[in-house]
Amino acid sequence: MAIAAPPRGARLGRLERPALTGVLVREIVNYSSYWRASAFSSTVEPTLYLLAFGFGFGSLVSTIGGYDYVEFVGTGTVATAVLFSSAFPAMFGTYVKYAFQRTYDAILAAPVDTEELVSAEALWMSMRAGVYGCVPLVVAIFFGLDPAWGMLTVPGIAFISGFGWANFGIAVAGFSKSIDNFSYIVSAVLTPLFLVAGTFFPLDGLPEVIQILGELNPLHHCVELVRGAAFGFDGWTDVLSVAYLIGFGLLMWRIAIHAMTRKLID
Amino acid sequence: MSADLAIRLRGVVKRYDEITAVAGLDLDVPLGTCVGLLGPNGAGKSTTMRTLTGQSIADEGEVEVLGYRLPEESKQARVQLGVAPQLDNLDVTLTVEQNLLVFSHLYRIGRHDRRAAIERAIEMANLGDRRKTRVDKLSGGMRRRLLIARALVHRPRLVLLDEPTVGLDPQVRQELWALIDALRAEGTTILMSTHYIEEAQRLADTVLIMSHGKAVASGAPAELVAEHAGREAVEVYGPPPTLAEVEASARELGLRTRRTGTSVSVLGVEGIDGRAPEGERRPANLEDVFVLLTGEQID
Repeated sequence: MAIAAPPRGARLGRLERPALTGVLVREIVNYSSYWRASAFSSTVEPTLYLLAFGFGFGSLVSTIGGYDYVEFVGTGTVATAVLFSSAFPAMFGTYVKYAFQRTYDAILAAPVDTEELVSAEALWMSMRAGVYGCVPLVVAIFFGLDPAWGMLTVPGIAFISGFGWANFGIAVAGFSKSIDNFSYIVSAVLTPLFLVAGTFFPLDGLPEVIQILGELNPLHHCVELVRGAAFGFDGWTDVLSVAYLIGFGLLMWRIAIHAMTRKLID
Repeated sequence: MSADLAIRLRGVVKRYDEITAVAGLDLDVPLGTCVGLLGPNGAGKSTTMRTLTGQSIADEGEVEVLGYRLPEESKQARVQLGVAPQLDNLDVTLTVEQNLLVFSHLYRIGRHDRRAAIERAIEMANLGDRRKTRVDKLSGGMRRRLLIARALVHRPRLVLLDEPTVGLDPQVRQELWALIDALRAEGTTILMSTHYIEEAQRLADTVLIMSHGKAVASGAPAELVAEHAGREAVEVYGPPPTLAEVEASARELGLRTRRTGTSVSVLGVEGIDGRAPEGERRPANLEDVFVLLTGEQID
Protein backbone atom coordinates (compact mmCIF):
# COMPACT_ATOMS: atom_id res chain seq x y z
CA MET A 1 0.00 0.00 0.00
CA ALA A 2 3.06 2.24 -0.25
CA ILE A 3 2.46 5.47 -2.11
CA ALA A 4 3.44 5.28 -5.77
CA ALA A 5 6.56 7.26 -6.59
CA PRO A 6 5.99 10.20 -8.92
CA PRO A 7 7.70 9.60 -12.26
CA ARG A 8 11.33 10.73 -12.26
CA GLY A 9 11.76 14.12 -13.86
CA ALA A 10 8.03 14.89 -13.83
CA ARG A 11 7.54 17.71 -11.37
CA LEU A 12 4.35 17.65 -9.37
CA GLY A 13 2.17 20.59 -10.23
CA ARG A 14 1.25 23.73 -8.35
CA LEU A 15 -2.04 24.05 -6.49
CA GLU A 16 -2.77 20.34 -6.67
CA ARG A 17 -6.15 19.11 -5.54
CA PRO A 18 -4.80 16.40 -3.16
CA ALA A 19 -2.62 18.97 -1.36
CA LEU A 20 -5.47 21.49 -1.04
CA THR A 21 -7.83 18.73 0.10
CA GLY A 22 -5.35 17.52 2.70
CA VAL A 23 -5.07 20.95 4.30
CA LEU A 24 -8.85 21.47 4.12
CA VAL A 25 -9.48 18.08 5.74
CA ARG A 26 -7.20 19.07 8.59
CA GLU A 27 -9.19 22.27 9.09
CA ILE A 28 -12.53 20.51 8.89
CA VAL A 29 -11.52 17.78 11.35
CA ASN A 30 -10.13 20.41 13.73
CA TYR A 31 -13.26 22.52 13.32
CA SER A 32 -15.30 19.68 14.77
CA SER A 33 -13.49 20.29 18.07
CA TYR A 34 -13.92 24.08 18.29
CA TRP A 35 -16.89 25.01 16.08
CA ARG A 36 -19.04 26.23 18.95
CA ALA A 37 -16.55 28.84 20.15
CA SER A 38 -15.75 29.91 16.60
CA ALA A 39 -19.38 30.22 15.54
CA PHE A 40 -20.18 32.08 18.74
CA SER A 41 -17.50 34.74 18.39
CA SER A 42 -17.97 35.20 14.65
CA THR A 43 -21.74 35.62 14.76
CA VAL A 44 -22.67 36.97 18.16
CA GLU A 45 -20.36 39.97 17.96
CA PRO A 46 -21.71 41.39 14.67
CA THR A 47 -25.23 40.58 15.83
CA LEU A 48 -24.64 42.62 18.98
CA TYR A 49 -23.44 45.50 16.80
CA LEU A 50 -26.60 45.13 14.74
CA LEU A 51 -28.83 45.15 17.78
CA ALA A 52 -26.95 47.92 19.62
CA PHE A 53 -26.65 50.27 16.63
CA GLY A 54 -29.93 49.24 15.06
CA PHE A 55 -32.03 49.84 18.14
CA GLY A 56 -29.74 52.39 19.82
CA PHE A 57 -29.24 54.75 16.89
CA GLY A 58 -32.43 53.45 15.35
CA SER A 59 -34.40 55.24 18.05
CA LEU A 60 -32.71 58.54 16.99
CA VAL A 61 -32.41 57.97 13.24
CA SER A 62 -35.41 56.34 11.65
CA THR A 63 -34.21 56.15 8.02
CA ILE A 64 -31.01 56.51 6.02
CA GLY A 65 -31.12 56.78 2.24
CA GLY A 66 -34.70 55.64 2.26
CA TYR A 67 -34.04 52.50 4.33
CA ASP A 68 -35.06 51.79 7.92
CA TYR A 69 -31.95 52.17 10.05
CA VAL A 70 -32.23 48.55 11.26
CA GLU A 71 -32.28 47.42 7.63
CA PHE A 72 -29.33 49.71 6.83
CA VAL A 73 -27.26 48.33 9.69
CA GLY A 74 -28.52 44.76 9.25
CA THR A 75 -27.17 44.64 5.73
CA GLY A 76 -24.01 46.56 6.66
CA THR A 77 -22.96 44.26 9.50
CA VAL A 78 -22.60 41.37 7.07
CA ALA A 79 -19.25 42.94 6.21
CA THR A 80 -18.38 43.12 9.90
CA ALA A 81 -19.16 39.41 10.30
CA VAL A 82 -17.01 38.65 7.26
CA LEU A 83 -14.11 40.66 8.69
CA PHE A 84 -14.45 39.05 12.12
CA SER A 85 -14.59 35.53 10.69
CA SER A 86 -11.74 35.91 8.22
CA ALA A 87 -9.10 38.56 8.99
CA PHE A 88 -8.96 37.99 12.74
CA PRO A 89 -8.79 34.17 12.76
CA ALA A 90 -6.35 34.34 9.87
CA MET A 91 -3.99 36.64 11.77
CA PHE A 92 -4.08 34.86 15.10
CA GLY A 93 -4.64 31.31 13.82
CA THR A 94 -1.82 31.50 11.30
CA TYR A 95 0.62 32.93 13.82
CA VAL A 96 -0.24 30.32 16.43
CA LYS A 97 0.02 27.50 13.91
CA TYR A 98 3.47 28.41 12.67
CA ALA A 99 5.07 29.89 15.78
CA PHE A 100 3.61 27.95 18.69
CA GLN A 101 2.01 24.73 17.42
CA ARG A 102 4.47 24.21 14.55
CA THR A 103 1.60 22.78 12.55
CA TYR A 104 2.89 24.20 9.29
CA ASP A 105 6.25 22.46 9.73
CA ALA A 106 4.37 19.16 9.85
CA ILE A 107 2.24 19.99 6.81
CA LEU A 108 5.20 21.19 4.73
CA ALA A 109 7.07 17.96 5.47
CA ALA A 110 4.25 16.25 3.51
CA PRO A 111 3.90 16.85 -0.26
CA VAL A 112 2.31 20.28 0.21
CA ASP A 113 3.87 23.59 -0.86
CA THR A 114 3.49 26.93 0.87
CA GLU A 115 1.32 28.19 -1.98
CA GLU A 116 -1.07 25.26 -1.49
CA LEU A 117 -1.02 25.64 2.27
CA VAL A 118 -1.88 29.35 2.15
CA SER A 119 -4.51 28.86 -0.56
CA ALA A 120 -6.29 26.08 1.31
CA GLU A 121 -6.21 27.99 4.59
CA ALA A 122 -7.65 31.08 2.90
CA LEU A 123 -10.30 29.01 1.11
CA TRP A 124 -11.36 27.44 4.38
CA MET A 125 -11.66 30.80 6.14
CA SER A 126 -13.55 32.35 3.24
CA MET A 127 -16.00 29.42 3.25
CA ARG A 128 -16.60 30.08 6.93
CA ALA A 129 -16.99 33.79 6.20
CA GLY A 130 -19.54 32.89 3.53
CA VAL A 131 -21.65 31.15 6.16
CA TYR A 132 -21.05 33.42 9.17
CA GLY A 133 -21.59 36.51 7.04
CA CYS A 134 -25.22 35.54 6.56
CA VAL A 135 -26.05 35.51 10.26
CA PRO A 136 -26.62 39.29 10.70
CA LEU A 137 -28.86 39.21 7.64
CA VAL A 138 -30.95 36.42 9.15
CA VAL A 139 -31.19 38.35 12.41
CA ALA A 140 -32.19 41.50 10.50
CA ILE A 141 -34.91 39.53 8.70
CA PHE A 142 -36.14 38.43 12.10
CA PHE A 143 -36.32 42.12 13.07
CA GLY A 144 -38.20 43.23 10.00
CA LEU A 145 -35.87 43.23 6.94
CA ASP A 146 -37.86 41.95 3.96
CA PRO A 147 -36.37 38.79 2.42
CA ALA A 148 -35.35 39.12 -1.23
CA TRP A 149 -34.15 36.66 -3.89
CA GLY A 150 -31.01 38.68 -4.29
CA MET A 151 -30.00 37.73 -0.76
CA LEU A 152 -29.12 34.27 -2.08
CA THR A 153 -25.97 35.88 -3.47
CA VAL A 154 -24.85 37.05 -0.01
CA PRO A 155 -22.89 33.84 0.82
CA GLY A 156 -21.00 34.33 -2.44
CA ILE A 157 -20.32 37.99 -1.73
CA ALA A 158 -19.17 37.11 1.79
CA PHE A 159 -16.97 34.32 0.38
CA ILE A 160 -15.23 36.58 -2.14
CA SER A 161 -14.77 39.31 0.43
CA GLY A 162 -13.66 36.80 3.07
CA PHE A 163 -11.00 35.39 0.72
CA GLY A 164 -9.33 38.79 0.52
CA TRP A 165 -9.51 39.40 4.25
CA ALA A 166 -8.32 35.90 5.13
CA ASN A 167 -5.28 36.41 2.93
CA PHE A 168 -4.78 39.86 4.45
CA GLY A 169 -4.70 38.22 7.91
CA ILE A 170 -2.30 35.49 6.76
CA ALA A 171 -0.02 38.11 5.23
CA VAL A 172 -0.03 40.14 8.45
CA ALA A 173 0.88 36.99 10.41
CA GLY A 174 3.59 36.20 7.88
CA PHE A 175 5.21 39.63 8.10
CA SER A 176 4.87 40.04 11.89
CA LYS A 177 7.82 39.26 14.13
CA SER A 178 5.60 39.09 17.21
CA ILE A 179 1.94 38.46 17.87
CA ASP A 180 1.92 41.70 19.88
CA ASN A 181 2.41 43.63 16.63
CA PHE A 182 -1.13 42.69 15.64
CA SER A 183 -2.32 45.51 17.91
CA TYR A 184 -0.93 48.04 15.40
CA ILE A 185 -2.82 46.41 12.55
CA VAL A 186 -6.07 46.14 14.47
CA SER A 187 -5.95 49.73 15.74
CA ALA A 188 -4.42 51.49 12.75
CA VAL A 189 -5.84 49.49 9.84
CA LEU A 190 -8.79 47.27 10.63
CA THR A 191 -10.68 49.56 13.01
CA PRO A 192 -10.61 52.57 10.64
CA LEU A 193 -11.61 50.35 7.71
CA PHE A 194 -14.38 48.84 9.79
CA LEU A 195 -15.70 52.32 10.69
CA VAL A 196 -15.36 53.83 7.20
CA ALA A 197 -17.18 51.07 5.35
CA GLY A 198 -20.66 52.54 5.31
CA THR A 199 -21.84 49.96 7.81
CA PHE A 200 -23.29 52.24 10.47
CA PHE A 201 -23.51 55.53 8.58
CA PRO A 202 -23.27 56.45 4.90
CA LEU A 203 -19.98 57.70 3.53
CA ASP A 204 -21.46 60.69 1.69
CA GLY A 205 -21.68 62.75 4.88
CA LEU A 206 -17.96 62.42 5.56
CA PRO A 207 -15.15 64.76 4.38
CA GLU A 208 -14.22 64.19 0.75
CA VAL A 209 -10.82 62.67 1.50
CA ILE A 210 -12.43 60.11 3.79
CA GLN A 211 -15.05 59.40 1.13
CA ILE A 212 -12.33 58.65 -1.41
CA LEU A 213 -10.52 56.42 1.08
CA GLY A 214 -13.83 54.74 1.84
CA GLU A 215 -14.31 53.95 -1.83
CA LEU A 216 -10.97 52.14 -1.77
CA ASN A 217 -12.02 50.14 1.27
CA PRO A 218 -12.92 46.56 0.25
CA LEU A 219 -15.30 46.33 3.20
CA HIS A 220 -17.30 49.20 1.72
CA HIS A 221 -17.69 47.27 -1.53
CA CYS A 222 -18.89 44.26 0.44
CA VAL A 223 -21.44 46.46 2.25
CA GLU A 224 -22.64 47.96 -1.04
CA LEU A 225 -23.04 44.56 -2.66
CA VAL A 226 -24.98 43.16 0.29
CA ARG A 227 -27.28 46.19 0.21
CA GLY A 228 -27.70 45.60 -3.50
CA ALA A 229 -28.59 41.98 -2.77
CA ALA A 230 -31.20 43.06 -0.24
CA PHE A 231 -32.65 46.14 -1.93
CA GLY A 232 -31.82 45.70 -5.62
CA PHE A 233 -28.52 45.63 -7.49
CA ASP A 234 -27.13 48.76 -9.10
CA GLY A 235 -25.93 47.44 -12.49
CA TRP A 236 -22.33 48.18 -13.44
CA THR A 237 -21.54 49.77 -10.08
CA ASP A 238 -22.06 46.41 -8.43
CA VAL A 239 -20.14 44.59 -11.16
CA LEU A 240 -17.23 46.93 -10.48
CA SER A 241 -17.54 46.20 -6.75
CA VAL A 242 -17.35 42.46 -7.45
CA ALA A 243 -14.32 43.03 -9.65
CA TYR A 244 -12.73 45.16 -6.94
CA LEU A 245 -13.25 42.43 -4.32
CA ILE A 246 -11.83 39.77 -6.66
CA GLY A 247 -8.83 42.00 -7.36
CA PHE A 248 -8.34 42.62 -3.65
CA GLY A 249 -8.54 38.87 -3.00
CA LEU A 250 -6.02 37.97 -5.71
CA LEU A 251 -3.57 40.67 -4.62
CA MET A 252 -3.78 39.65 -0.97
CA TRP A 253 -3.46 35.97 -1.94
CA ARG A 254 -0.11 36.53 -3.68
CA ILE A 255 1.13 38.77 -0.84
CA ALA A 256 0.12 36.14 1.74
CA ILE A 257 1.98 33.41 -0.18
CA HIS A 258 5.07 35.62 -0.40
CA ALA A 259 4.94 36.46 3.32
CA MET A 260 4.47 32.86 4.43
CA THR A 261 7.15 31.51 2.09
CA ARG A 262 9.61 33.93 3.66
CA LYS A 263 8.49 32.81 7.09
CA LEU A 264 8.36 29.06 6.56
CA ILE A 265 11.17 28.33 4.10
CA ASP A 266 14.60 29.58 5.11
CA MET B 1 22.91 9.80 -8.18
CA SER B 2 23.74 6.23 -7.28
CA ALA B 3 20.57 4.14 -7.40
CA ASP B 4 21.27 2.62 -3.99
CA LEU B 5 21.44 5.91 -2.11
CA ALA B 6 18.39 7.33 -0.35
CA ILE B 7 20.18 10.57 0.53
CA ARG B 8 23.19 12.19 -1.07
CA LEU B 9 24.58 15.51 0.14
CA ARG B 10 27.68 17.10 -1.33
CA GLY B 11 29.29 20.26 0.01
CA VAL B 12 26.06 21.52 1.57
CA VAL B 13 26.34 24.94 3.16
CA LYS B 14 23.56 26.73 5.01
CA ARG B 15 24.08 30.17 6.54
CA TYR B 16 21.84 32.31 8.71
CA ASP B 17 23.31 35.82 8.56
CA GLU B 18 26.78 35.46 10.12
CA ILE B 19 26.13 31.98 11.50
CA THR B 20 27.04 29.01 9.34
CA ALA B 21 24.78 26.19 10.53
CA VAL B 22 25.98 23.65 7.97
CA ALA B 23 29.48 24.14 6.61
CA GLY B 24 30.16 21.89 3.63
CA LEU B 25 28.47 18.68 4.65
CA ASP B 26 28.82 15.45 2.66
CA LEU B 27 26.45 12.62 3.58
CA ASP B 28 25.47 9.33 1.96
CA VAL B 29 22.58 7.26 3.30
CA PRO B 30 22.33 3.90 1.48
CA LEU B 31 18.84 2.49 0.94
CA GLY B 32 17.71 0.08 3.66
CA THR B 33 20.13 1.32 6.31
CA CYS B 34 19.82 3.32 9.49
CA VAL B 35 22.23 6.22 9.71
CA GLY B 36 22.72 8.16 12.92
CA LEU B 37 23.53 11.84 12.77
CA LEU B 38 25.34 12.42 16.01
CA GLY B 39 26.45 15.77 17.33
CA PRO B 40 26.13 18.20 20.20
CA ASN B 41 23.41 20.86 20.26
CA GLY B 42 24.05 23.42 17.55
CA ALA B 43 26.10 21.03 15.40
CA GLY B 44 23.72 21.52 12.45
CA LYS B 45 21.69 18.31 12.70
CA SER B 46 18.23 19.92 12.66
CA THR B 47 19.19 22.28 9.83
CA THR B 48 20.39 19.26 7.85
CA MET B 49 17.03 17.57 8.49
CA ARG B 50 15.12 20.66 7.33
CA THR B 51 17.26 20.79 4.20
CA LEU B 52 16.12 17.27 3.36
CA THR B 53 12.44 18.25 3.50
CA GLY B 54 12.95 21.41 1.45
CA GLN B 55 12.12 23.66 4.40
CA SER B 56 15.67 24.99 4.37
CA ILE B 57 17.28 25.78 1.05
CA ALA B 58 21.02 25.13 0.95
CA ASP B 59 23.13 28.16 -0.01
CA GLU B 60 25.69 25.90 -1.67
CA GLY B 61 26.08 22.25 -2.56
CA GLU B 62 23.93 19.43 -3.87
CA VAL B 63 21.00 17.77 -2.10
CA GLU B 64 19.37 14.63 -3.48
CA VAL B 65 16.65 12.65 -1.72
CA LEU B 66 15.38 9.35 -3.16
CA GLY B 67 16.81 10.33 -6.50
CA TYR B 68 15.13 13.74 -6.58
CA ARG B 69 17.17 16.92 -6.69
CA LEU B 70 16.23 19.49 -4.07
CA PRO B 71 14.82 22.07 -3.81
CA GLU B 72 13.36 21.76 -7.36
CA GLU B 73 11.90 18.27 -6.88
CA SER B 74 11.35 18.44 -3.15
CA LYS B 75 7.61 17.78 -3.40
CA GLN B 76 8.18 14.54 -5.29
CA ALA B 77 10.64 13.39 -2.63
CA ARG B 78 8.22 14.26 0.17
CA VAL B 79 5.60 11.89 -1.27
CA GLN B 80 7.86 9.03 -0.15
CA LEU B 81 9.34 10.65 2.91
CA GLY B 82 8.15 10.49 6.52
CA VAL B 83 9.29 13.00 9.13
CA ALA B 84 9.05 12.79 12.91
CA PRO B 85 10.20 16.19 14.17
CA GLN B 86 11.97 16.95 17.40
CA LEU B 87 9.22 19.30 18.54
CA ASP B 88 5.81 17.76 19.03
CA ASN B 89 3.48 19.36 16.48
CA LEU B 90 0.47 17.05 16.77
CA ASP B 91 -3.02 18.53 16.74
CA VAL B 92 -3.67 18.29 20.45
CA THR B 93 -7.45 18.66 20.39
CA LEU B 94 -7.80 15.76 17.94
CA THR B 95 -7.77 12.07 18.78
CA VAL B 96 -5.03 9.65 17.78
CA GLU B 97 -7.16 8.39 14.90
CA GLN B 98 -8.06 11.89 13.71
CA ASN B 99 -4.40 12.93 13.63
CA LEU B 100 -3.60 9.94 11.45
CA LEU B 101 -6.65 10.55 9.27
CA VAL B 102 -5.49 14.10 8.53
CA PHE B 103 -2.03 12.90 7.53
CA SER B 104 -3.40 10.05 5.46
CA HIS B 105 -4.99 12.80 3.35
CA LEU B 106 -1.89 14.99 3.35
CA TYR B 107 0.18 12.00 2.22
CA ARG B 108 -2.31 11.25 -0.55
CA ILE B 109 -3.33 7.75 0.50
CA GLY B 110 -6.24 6.61 -1.66
CA ARG B 111 -9.71 6.43 -0.12
CA HIS B 112 -9.81 2.63 -0.21
CA ASP B 113 -6.44 2.21 1.50
CA ARG B 114 -6.89 4.91 4.13
CA ARG B 115 -8.53 2.83 6.86
CA ALA B 116 -5.94 0.04 6.59
CA ALA B 117 -3.09 2.57 6.66
CA ILE B 118 -4.40 4.18 9.82
CA GLU B 119 -4.91 0.79 11.49
CA ARG B 120 -1.41 -0.29 10.60
CA ALA B 121 0.11 2.92 11.99
CA ILE B 122 -1.92 2.60 15.21
CA GLU B 123 -0.81 -1.00 15.60
CA MET B 124 2.82 -0.17 14.93
CA ALA B 125 2.75 2.55 17.58
CA ASN B 126 0.90 0.25 19.96
CA LEU B 127 -1.85 2.81 20.49
CA GLY B 128 -4.83 0.55 19.77
CA ASP B 129 -6.53 1.19 23.08
CA ARG B 130 -5.95 4.96 22.76
CA ARG B 131 -7.28 5.47 19.27
CA LYS B 132 -10.19 7.63 20.50
CA THR B 133 -8.11 9.53 23.06
CA ARG B 134 -7.38 13.19 22.48
CA VAL B 135 -3.68 13.92 22.11
CA ASP B 136 -3.63 16.30 25.07
CA LYS B 137 -4.64 13.33 27.25
CA LEU B 138 -1.73 11.13 26.12
CA SER B 139 1.55 10.69 28.00
CA GLY B 140 4.79 12.09 26.54
CA GLY B 141 5.85 8.65 25.34
CA MET B 142 2.53 7.96 23.62
CA ARG B 143 2.68 11.33 21.89
CA ARG B 144 6.14 10.54 20.61
CA ARG B 145 4.97 7.15 19.35
CA LEU B 146 2.08 8.86 17.60
CA LEU B 147 4.48 11.35 15.98
CA ILE B 148 6.45 8.43 14.57
CA ALA B 149 3.25 6.59 13.53
CA ARG B 150 2.12 9.76 11.73
CA ALA B 151 5.41 9.77 9.81
CA LEU B 152 4.84 6.13 8.82
CA VAL B 153 1.16 6.22 7.86
CA HIS B 154 1.94 6.23 4.11
CA ARG B 155 4.71 3.58 4.37
CA PRO B 156 7.50 5.92 3.30
CA ARG B 157 10.73 4.62 1.78
CA LEU B 158 12.75 7.04 3.88
CA VAL B 159 12.06 8.24 7.43
CA LEU B 160 13.72 11.22 9.11
CA LEU B 161 13.69 11.02 12.89
CA ASP B 162 14.87 14.24 14.52
CA GLU B 163 15.92 13.51 18.11
CA PRO B 164 13.23 10.83 18.48
CA THR B 165 13.70 10.20 22.20
CA VAL B 166 14.84 13.54 23.53
CA GLY B 167 13.44 14.36 26.95
CA LEU B 168 11.90 10.93 27.53
CA ASP B 169 12.54 8.64 30.49
CA PRO B 170 14.57 5.45 29.94
CA GLN B 171 11.60 3.06 29.77
CA VAL B 172 9.84 5.11 27.11
CA ARG B 173 13.10 5.52 25.24
CA GLN B 174 13.50 1.75 25.10
CA GLU B 175 9.94 1.38 23.77
CA LEU B 176 10.77 3.77 20.97
CA TRP B 177 14.02 2.00 20.22
CA ALA B 178 12.02 -1.19 19.73
CA LEU B 179 9.70 0.67 17.36
CA ILE B 180 12.59 2.11 15.34
CA ASP B 181 14.32 -1.28 15.28
CA ALA B 182 11.16 -2.90 13.90
CA LEU B 183 11.05 -0.26 11.20
CA ARG B 184 14.67 -0.93 10.34
CA ALA B 185 13.99 -4.66 10.17
CA GLU B 186 11.24 -3.95 7.61
CA GLY B 187 13.87 -2.39 5.35
CA THR B 188 12.85 1.24 5.72
CA THR B 189 15.73 3.67 5.33
CA ILE B 190 16.17 5.81 8.42
CA LEU B 191 18.16 8.96 9.07
CA MET B 192 18.06 9.67 12.77
CA SER B 193 19.59 12.70 14.43
CA THR B 194 20.42 12.31 18.08
CA HIS B 195 22.76 13.50 20.73
CA TYR B 196 22.25 10.32 22.76
CA ILE B 197 25.27 8.20 22.05
CA GLU B 198 23.72 4.97 23.27
CA GLU B 199 20.84 5.48 20.86
CA ALA B 200 23.14 5.84 17.88
CA GLN B 201 25.25 2.88 19.01
CA ARG B 202 22.23 0.59 19.37
CA LEU B 203 20.22 1.57 16.31
CA ALA B 204 22.49 2.93 13.61
CA ASP B 205 24.34 0.85 11.03
CA THR B 206 26.60 3.81 10.46
CA VAL B 207 27.10 7.02 12.36
CA LEU B 208 28.11 10.43 11.10
CA ILE B 209 29.49 12.68 13.81
CA MET B 210 28.87 16.38 13.21
CA SER B 211 30.53 19.34 14.83
CA HIS B 212 30.16 23.00 13.86
CA GLY B 213 28.16 22.08 10.78
CA LYS B 214 30.70 19.60 9.39
CA ALA B 215 31.12 15.84 9.37
CA VAL B 216 34.13 15.04 11.52
CA ALA B 217 33.91 11.24 11.25
CA SER B 218 31.68 8.56 9.82
CA GLY B 219 31.48 4.80 9.86
CA ALA B 220 30.05 1.86 11.76
CA PRO B 221 30.01 2.58 15.53
CA ALA B 222 32.48 -0.22 16.33
CA GLU B 223 34.85 0.92 13.56
CA LEU B 224 34.76 4.50 14.80
CA VAL B 225 35.55 3.39 18.33
CA ALA B 226 38.44 1.20 17.17
CA GLU B 227 39.83 3.95 14.93
CA HIS B 228 39.65 6.88 17.34
CA ALA B 229 39.60 5.43 20.88
CA GLY B 230 41.18 2.02 20.61
CA ARG B 231 39.89 -1.08 22.35
CA GLU B 232 40.22 -0.27 26.01
CA ALA B 233 40.26 2.74 28.30
CA VAL B 234 41.35 3.28 31.88
CA GLU B 235 39.30 5.63 33.98
CA VAL B 236 41.21 7.35 36.75
CA TYR B 237 39.49 9.16 39.60
CA GLY B 238 41.11 11.72 41.85
CA PRO B 239 41.50 15.39 42.69
CA PRO B 240 42.16 17.81 39.79
CA PRO B 241 45.99 17.90 40.25
CA THR B 242 46.14 14.09 40.05
CA LEU B 243 43.97 14.08 36.93
CA ALA B 244 46.26 16.69 35.35
CA GLU B 245 49.28 14.48 36.10
CA VAL B 246 47.56 11.46 34.55
CA GLU B 247 46.80 13.51 31.43
CA ALA B 248 50.43 14.66 31.18
CA SER B 249 51.76 11.10 31.57
CA ALA B 250 49.34 9.81 28.95
CA ARG B 251 50.45 12.48 26.51
CA GLU B 252 54.07 11.42 27.01
CA LEU B 253 53.05 7.88 26.08
CA GLY B 254 51.26 9.19 22.98
CA LEU B 255 47.81 8.31 24.32
CA ARG B 256 44.66 10.35 24.04
CA THR B 257 42.63 11.32 27.08
CA ARG B 258 39.29 12.85 27.82
CA ARG B 259 37.76 14.28 30.96
CA THR B 260 34.64 12.48 32.17
CA GLY B 261 33.44 14.81 34.92
CA THR B 262 35.22 13.65 38.07
CA SER B 263 37.67 11.42 36.27
CA VAL B 264 39.94 11.26 33.28
CA SER B 265 39.81 8.46 30.72
CA VAL B 266 43.03 7.35 29.10
CA LEU B 267 42.17 5.78 25.76
CA GLY B 268 43.81 3.04 23.71
CA VAL B 269 45.62 1.46 26.67
CA GLU B 270 45.49 -2.08 25.25
CA GLY B 271 48.94 -1.78 23.67
CA ILE B 272 50.90 -0.45 26.65
CA ASP B 273 50.77 -3.23 29.21
CA GLY B 274 52.54 -2.32 32.42
CA ARG B 275 52.68 1.39 31.67
CA ALA B 276 48.96 2.12 31.82
CA PRO B 277 47.84 4.21 34.81
CA GLU B 278 46.10 2.58 37.75
CA GLY B 279 42.33 2.79 37.41
CA GLU B 280 39.14 1.19 36.24
CA ARG B 281 39.60 -0.63 32.95
CA ARG B 282 36.64 -0.60 30.56
CA PRO B 283 35.99 -1.06 26.83
CA ALA B 284 36.33 2.14 24.82
CA ASN B 285 32.98 3.39 23.54
CA LEU B 286 31.33 5.77 21.12
CA GLU B 287 31.04 8.44 23.77
CA ASP B 288 34.83 8.55 23.94
CA VAL B 289 34.94 9.13 20.19
CA PHE B 290 32.17 11.71 20.36
CA VAL B 291 33.94 13.80 23.01
CA LEU B 292 37.33 13.44 21.34
CA LEU B 293 35.97 14.67 18.04
CA THR B 294 33.47 17.31 19.11
CA GLY B 295 35.41 18.72 22.07
CA GLU B 296 35.01 18.61 25.83
CA GLN B 297 33.65 22.12 26.16
CA ILE B 298 30.12 23.12 25.28
CA ASP B 299 30.10 26.13 22.92
